[in-house]
Amino acid sequence: MNYLLRGIGVLATVGTISLLAFSLPSGEARGDGGGDVLPRLTHKNWQQECASCHIAYAPSMLPKASWRRMMGGLDKHFGENASLDPATQADILKFLEANAADAAPSKMGRRVMQGMGAKDAPLRITETRWFVRKHDEVPRATWSRKSVGSAANCAACHRQAEQGVFDEDAVRIPK
Amino acid sequence: MIKHLFCSGLAMLGMVSAVAGAAETPASLMARYAATAGVPVSALSATRGAALYRTEHSGRNAQAVSCASCHTDNPKQAGRTRVGKRIEPLAPSANPERFTDAAKVEKWFRRNCTDVLQRECSAQEKGDFVAWLSQIK
Repeated sequence: MNYLLRGIGVLATVGTISLLAFSLPSGEARGDGGGDVLPRLTHKNWQQECASCHIAYAPSMLPKASWRRMMGGLDKHFGENASLDPATQADILKFLEANAADAAPSKMGRRVMQGMGAKDAPLRITETRWFVRKHDEVPRATWSRKSVGSAANCAACHRQAEQGVFDEDAVRIPK
Repeated sequence: MIKHLFCSGLAMLGMVSAVAGAAETPASLMARYAATAGVPVSALSATRGAALYRTEHSGRNAQAVSCASCHTDNPKQAGRTRVGKRIEPLAPSANPERFTDAAKVEKWFRRNCTDVLQRECSAQEKGDFVAWLSQIK
């Protein structure tokens, strides 16, 4: 039941934003090809801690301000307590900031920052314009399939998401 | 004096290994939780541990939630997080890595008791919980 309600919530959010995105003029052509492979990052605490409940989302998918907000509210992390000891928390934040979308120049970072306001600090990657545009062809019902769960579950369709491979050609949407 | 130094050295070592989360066993954790609760290990109850695991509480959004919500009814099975990632089984008979790292055990009790019970668990409850899981064949 928990999953179901949550799924509906995510669906509604993603759906609404998709509709909005459709009505906005898009500067970038859709289906801009594959080749989306993120550089492999290694950081012990980031991999160990962030990947215990979900994949370790790439730091380049959100700006620094988002990561600061995220790491400052781990005791209420999307409705769950994900608190860490202060040393580990600070160590991970340092890494996230150094590799954020608006930190070191990266292809992913530039895409994510397109249309992002200077003061924007979204907590959900799925709410960035980049994510919404990239997934606008995914039908609403697909997100709530039991095999997917929610849009937070990258690896449901991007089977090699854990390895940073988001290549469009490698996408397999489960039944 | 030398004996005193030796003893405090041993105590220090014990503390360091506890902090570093060095090798624990379900039994050593039970002993530690019992000591913290001020009861003998024999006072830990697998029955109470099972009840703690299965009892549903009103979680956020007033939805019923228990340990079993994510870890499934059978702790020998793998569970799933809310975003669909696999959780390795909780029972040591199915997953020998469980209850071997004190820091990890404490981290998850702190997080999950707060999520499920809206409060932290007591040492007695943690001891009961380990007692139940570790006797599952």
